[in-house]
This record gives sequence, structure tokens and C-alpha cells, in this order.
Amino acid sequence: MNKQALIEQCYDRIAKYERDLNAFITLRDKKTVLAELTQAQQSSSPLSGLPYLLKDAYVTSGIQTTAGSNILKGFIPTYDATVYSKLKKAGAILLGKMNMDAWGHGSSTENTDFGATHNPWDLTRVAGGSGGGPGAAISAGFASFAIGEDTGGSIRNPAAWTNTTALKVTYGRVSRYGAIPYVSSFDTVGPVTKTVEECAVILREIAGVDPYDGTSSPEPVPDYVKGLEQSLRGLTLGIPTEMYGPGLDPETKISIMTASKEFEKLGVKIIEVSLPIAEIGLAAYYLMAPSETSSNLGRYDGIRYGQGRDNFTDETIRRILIGTYALSAGYYDAYYRQAQKVRTLLIQAYAKVLQQCDAIIMPVNPTLPPKIGELMSDPLTLYLADIYTTSINPVGVPSLALPAGFSKSGLPIGMQLVGDKFSEPLLLSLGHQYQQVTDWHTRSPEL
Amino acid sequence: MTYQLICGAEIHVELKTQSKMFCGCKNDPFHAPKPNLYTCPVCLGMPGALPVPNKKAIEGTILLGLALHSQIAEVSKFDRKHYFYPDLPKGYQISQYDQPFCLGGYLDTSFGRVNLTRIHLEEDTAKLQHAVVDGQKVSLIDFNRSSVPLMEIVTEPEIKSPEMAKEFLKKLRDIIRSLGISDCDMEKGGMRLEANISLTRDGTLPHYKVEVKNINSFRFFANSLDYEFARQTAILDKGDTPIQETRGYRADINSTVSQRTKEDAADYRYFPEPDIPPLVISHAMIEQIRSRLAILPEAVETNLIKVGISPSAAKILAQTPLMLTFIEQVKILNKKFITSAANALVNKKIDANATTPQEYIDSQVNLASSQVNDEAILKPWINQVIANNASVVSNYKGGKANALGFLVGQVMKLSGGEADPHVVNELLHDLLN
Repeated sequence: MNKQALIEQCYDRIAKYERDLNAFITLRDKKTVLAELTQAQQSSSPLSGLPYLLKDAYVTSGIQTTAGSNILKGFIPTYDATVYSKLKKAGAILLGKMNMDAWGHGSSTENTDFGATHNPWDLTRVAGGSGGGPGAAISAGFASFAIGEDTGGSIRNPAAWTNTTALKVTYGRVSRYGAIPYVSSFDTVGPVTKTVEECAVILREIAGVDPYDGTSSPEPVPDYVKGLEQSLRGLTLGIPTEMYGPGLDPETKISIMTASKEFEKLGVKIIEVSLPIAEIGLAAYYLMAPSETSSNLGRYDGIRYGQGRDNFTDETIRRILIGTYALSAGYYDAYYRQAQKVRTLLIQAYAKVLQQCDAIIMPVNPTLPPKIGELMSDPLTLYLADIYTTSINPVGVPSLALPAGFSKSGLPIGMQLVGDKFSEPLLLSLGHQYQQVTDWHTRSPEL
Repeated sequence: MTYQLICGAEIHVELKTQSKMFCGCKNDPFHAPKPNLYTCPVCLGMPGALPVPNKKAIEGTILLGLALHSQIAEVSKFDRKHYFYPDLPKGYQISQYDQPFCLGGYLDTSFGRVNLTRIHLEEDTAKLQHAVVDGQKVSLIDFNRSSVPLMEIVTEPEIKSPEMAKEFLKKLRDIIRSLGISDCDMEKGGMRLEANISLTRDGTLPHYKVEVKNINSFRFFANSLDYEFARQTAILDKGDTPIQETRGYRADINSTVSQRTKEDAADYRYFPEPDIPPLVISHAMIEQIRSRLAILPEAVETNLIKVGISPSAAKILAQTPLMLTFIEQVKILNKKFITSAANALVNKKIDANATTPQEYIDSQVNLASSQVNDEAILKPWINQVIANNASVVSNYKGGKANALGFLVGQVMKLSGGEADPHVVNELLHDLLN
């Protein structure tokens, strides 16, 4: 299909279904976008002319950027995030900026000042978060791909609940410059797509060291697409038994066990491993994350960005207060420093398991997508939704979330493959070859 | 009751690197043709912008540390220091908390050694300007200075007198200038001073300290010590303890005024800056920076020639540390004997090992017998000093006998070192009693 027809098709779908989903915060004008397509830089990149979406956490010069919060409503950045520059250079065409829990604070895209995003598989349910907008939009076919941002599951959680494929990269793999931070030491930039192969194509374009980000890694960028077909024979996948305990939805457990059988057929050895860190990981995450976010949000004091602090939502205020407390004199040692020690334990625990196996296979979310309003009524339930995803960010390792089946009620179920730092080629080849023998990822919601 | 002054200094120095501390913006806040010219998303603290540390600024800080005998950290890091102020766009300043680049070190003065606690690197804030625009009082923010590299040198509480403070600060400034890392322009705020002052009776460190800010000259620094000495003496004599507080020095009234007390002291909530990975400083890097110290004698030579010493003598002095120290002391004690001392040393008329700088100066003064002891000439100088130092005079009248020494020093200074200190002492004593 030619690129103009593709973009027009996207706009047609958006016109039809966006009212139900509320995936966008800012939808760019079609005329402007089509004009941009004709003027787009000639590029040999496979992304040239492809329509895509950015989570509204990335600054885009001339285009409103809100991070899902009224605090930044109407804020027009004067510079481009590195990921946006790279995609521009590749000739990809931005259609809009996507809904999210304000500042990344949430797992359901309900903690947004722009209205909750609905799940395309069941409009009464949440699309996950914080990147519910990108997840729902790619599931609904609004664009070829999206760029999400994962701090504790914000890319993977919506992917699992919307039947999309998404990659949380190794910390430092993709530049964070221009990504409005939630937790600076956990934040990662990654693709949200329909297939693993697409993730590989996009990662090849956006990965690499950036002089504007001192935490970006100088590790060379391999050809992720070329590596997709590498043999899986002799690889070992670990099943951490603790991650399949009583809190896990039974249908999710069955789906992932079935998926592991598919991997066995592909020549992968499956072993049980022990990773008893979910609870302490979650606890440490909810100290470290609020600490850094309380610091990162200090600049929105009402002097420079129009709207005052009274525009922070209750959930954001809660995290600012917890973080401020944890960093205060007299409490720092008991909370922040203690959480940093747990971080070291988490790193050691993952290292130990990844000596026994090449990658870990585990659930993304403990439940199927909840009804809108369910998670918001109790902050603790909201935090528990992150139990399988949060421990990965303090460790910094990559994780590929991909479809693993459906519940009897027809709701998507996801799984994640977790590997060592910079093992993206391995995770992508595992996921890609799984998708060659399964069709979950090809299914689309009936809208 | 007699007390001993205890003072620790905190000195902020803007480094003259090409670019700012964490971005590529030009570092030239004093010569910018207009406000907010040298800015970018990073130094404006825009959402999503990230700091990348300036290597030259780090090298400059380590260079000073090496010159002052500090221990250079093998692993250092930056931290966030949180507070709200309109000139701080991120809501935090990137500074260094518990792992500064330089630990310890010292600088010797003729009054004794001043040990350093640390030297660390941070970013400067933007500059607030209070103005009237269209009849409205407004505060304007100029970000040209935002994120300019700022070095902070912290001393141990070992400065014991205003004279010692002045000598220490001057020497420090001369070293920083000779290293070429800063111009230390006090008037423009390129070098800023703070004093932590307390008084002790038995030499032990008391449980309180008074922090004095807004000091923009060495003389004001000394004045604030004089003023605080008198103020705290009065409080202690009454049996009270001075409040732990921050005070500001006011040059117009030559005194310090209370700014804030301990109750509202800030909790800065320091934590490691997650946007900048820890920095490993290799032995090779330190040695490479140390090699820059080796070129120093040339700079020293140039400075010696500037103060009037002949090039041939300057060359010998610059390469002979013992003689150089002697000349530096002479410069501090009495500038006008620098050239004669230089010639005497180079021509081996005196031995720097056998003679102290003070002895040399005294001998010269006696030889020349040029000291002024004529009351008619001395009186106007003395009167002027009394008029300029009202607070010291009142301290003296209030029973602080050692204030007289300070006043004598002022008269000596005014006379260019030509007055006879003994006569001045007698005259002052008579006039004030």
C-alpha cells in the first residue's frame, strides 16, 4: 500500500473509533501530516513514510506535550526528544501524542487529566498503563507503530491487556533525552507494535548512544532484524515458580504454560528457576520511584509552566509525598537507602537466575484487564497490578511483552520474556519465532 | 572575658570554561549582550532535558585540588540538592554531597595553616533582577548564568583572625588565577564568600555557628569577622549563646543582619543524580592534570615581573620554592620591599633559611629609618581610621583590648607601611582612652 493511502486509512479508523477509545491527547491535523509526508526526508529506512504515534511523554517542538497532566496543558516544547528526531530522520510520520497516566503514575491510563483510555477488546475495561494510549491505538490499527515509555511496566502492561507486542529495552539502550521523566534511573524508551519483527525494525532505528544523554550506552547496536532467525536450539527458558503463585489469574497461568510448550517445540529447553523477589521488588520500587518523581516534578511550581501545583492529581500528590518523605533527613536511611540495597539484591537475584537460563518467561499482569474505575478505588490494588513488571526496571534488563492467548471471555493475555542486559537480539528472536508458530498477535479487536 | 575567633570559609568560584557545566551553552554571563541569550533546554530546566557533565570543569576542580594538596576521589558523583527558588529552574541544583572531587588539602599562611575540608563542583543558579517595568515592580530572571560551573571550596574552622582570613583568601585567589581556571571577579560575583563564625574560650569548637553571606570583598570578609567578634562577645559576656543563624553582611553599615534562623533551615533531600552516572577518575587522568601544575613556574615568573621584579631575578625565584615563599610573605607583609627582597635573595645578600620575611622587613625599615613618627603626619591617618572603623573602636572602648591591634594595622596600611607602629599604638591608646 502506498504511504498516503496507509495514512488516510489510519485517519479513517481514528475518525471511527477514537471516540470510543480516547487514545489520543493530541491528534495532528490530517492535512499537515500529509503535507509532511510529501516533504519528508528521502530515506532508505523501512520506517520511511510510516505513520506512528508517540506517548505524550516525549517532547516534540511545535506540538503540545502534556505527559498526561493539566500542569503541562498547552505546553509547546521548543526542542525535540532524541527518539522523535531519529524517527523524523528515518522519515516516519507522527500522527499524534497518546494518552497516559499523568507523569507515568498508574497502570490503567485512568490517572490522566484527559479522560481514561478504553480497552478496544472491551470498552468497559481499562487499556492498562501508563501507556494505555499507545497500546489501545496500535491494537485498534490507528498507526503502524507507537513509541512507549516503560518505568515499571508502562509499555508491557498495556501490551498484555491490548494484545500488542512491545519491548522494554535495556536501560541506556535508547536515549532518554526529551522523555519527560518519571523515574530517571528506570525510564526506558521502546516500541509498541503488532509483531516482534516490527519491534526489531524500530529498535534498530532508535537505539544507540546519544551525546545528550549521559546514561545512554556506548554498546554497539546490532542488526536486530538480521538476528531474528538465529537458531533457538540449545537455549534455556526459565520459569520462576514464585511468579506463578496464588495471586495469578489461572487462565493467564495456563496460557503461559502452553506458550512454554511452543518454545519446547522450537528446541528450547524449559527449566524451573527460583526468583522470590516480586514482593520486595514492588516495595522497593514504590520507594525509589516516588523519591525520584518527587524530585523530577519539583520544577512544575507554577512559575514557568502556567498551571499551578493544584493541578496534580491525587495519585501524583501521593507519590510526591511518599518520595519527599523517603528522601527527608532522618528517613533517608530507613527508606531511600534501604530501597537502594534492595535494588542491589534484585540485580543479584536476576543475575543468579540468568546464569541458569538464557531468558525468563513470566506473566506481565496478575489479572485480566479490570473494569474502568476498579483500580482507581484502591491505590494498593493499583500498585499490585505492577507486581510482575516493576522489579525489572531497577535491574535495568530488557523484557519483551507479547500476546500469549485469550481468556474464555475473549480478553487478551500477555507474557514477558526477560533476558540479561543487552540481550534484545535473543529476546526478539525468541519472540519472533514464537509468533511464526502462533497467531495470537494477528488477532484484532472487533470495534 | 577574652575569646578566640573561629572561622571556616566557604568560597564559591565560577570556572571560566568555554561552555556551561551540563550543556553546550556559552559560559560568559558577565559579557552577554542581553539576558537569556546563552540558554538551551538543559540550563532552562525544560521537561525531558538531561545534564551531561563538562569535562573541563571537572579537570579544573581537580587541578585546584592538586595545587592545594587535596586527595582526589577515585570515584565521584553528582547529587541533587532540592530547594525552591525562582532562579533554580529544575527545583534542584546539581551539586556534590558525600563524594566530592577533592577531599582535604591545605593552604599555608604566615599565621598558620588552613586545612581544607573539600572542594566540590556544582552549577550556578540563574540571576534575579528586581526592576520596574511599565510602572509595575517585577522580578526578572536571567538564565545566562544558569548552570555555569561553580566550584565550592570549604575550609576547616581554622581561620583565627581577620588578617589571617584576608591572607588566606588572597593566596587562594592568586592560586586559582595562576592556574587559569577562573578570573575570580569579586565585583561581578565570579568569586563569592561566606564565613562560618563562632567564638571559643578554650579553643574547642562551640555548639553554635553563625553563617555570614553576601560578602563580596576580602575587606568585607575581614570586617564581618570583626563585627561578629564584637557582637558575639557581647552575647557571650551576658552568659547567652548566639543563635545559630544565617546573617547577611551589609557594607553600607559595615555590619551583619539576621536573615534566617535554624528553625526554617532547609532539608535539601540530597540523593544521587540519576541522570549522571558515577565518575571514575583514573590515575592516568590525575597525572595528566598534575602535569599542568608543572607549567606553573612560568606563570609565577610573569606575576613576579608584573610586581616590579627584574626578569632575571624572577626566573631564579620562580624556580626556587624557598625564595618564592619568602617573597610571597614579603608581598603580604609589606609590598614595597618586594623588589629589594628579590634582589637581596638572588644576590645572596640574605639567606631565606636564616632570616624570616618579617626580620628582613624590620631590618630594612630600621636601615632606612624612614618611619614616620611625626604626630602631625600621623594624626590625620589615625583620625581617618577611627572614623572608618566605628564598630571596632566601640569594641575597644567596650574593653576589647585586642581591637587596638587591628586599628594600628589599619593606620599602617593607610600609611603604606611607613608609619612607626609603636608611635601609632601610643597615639591611638591616648586618643581612645
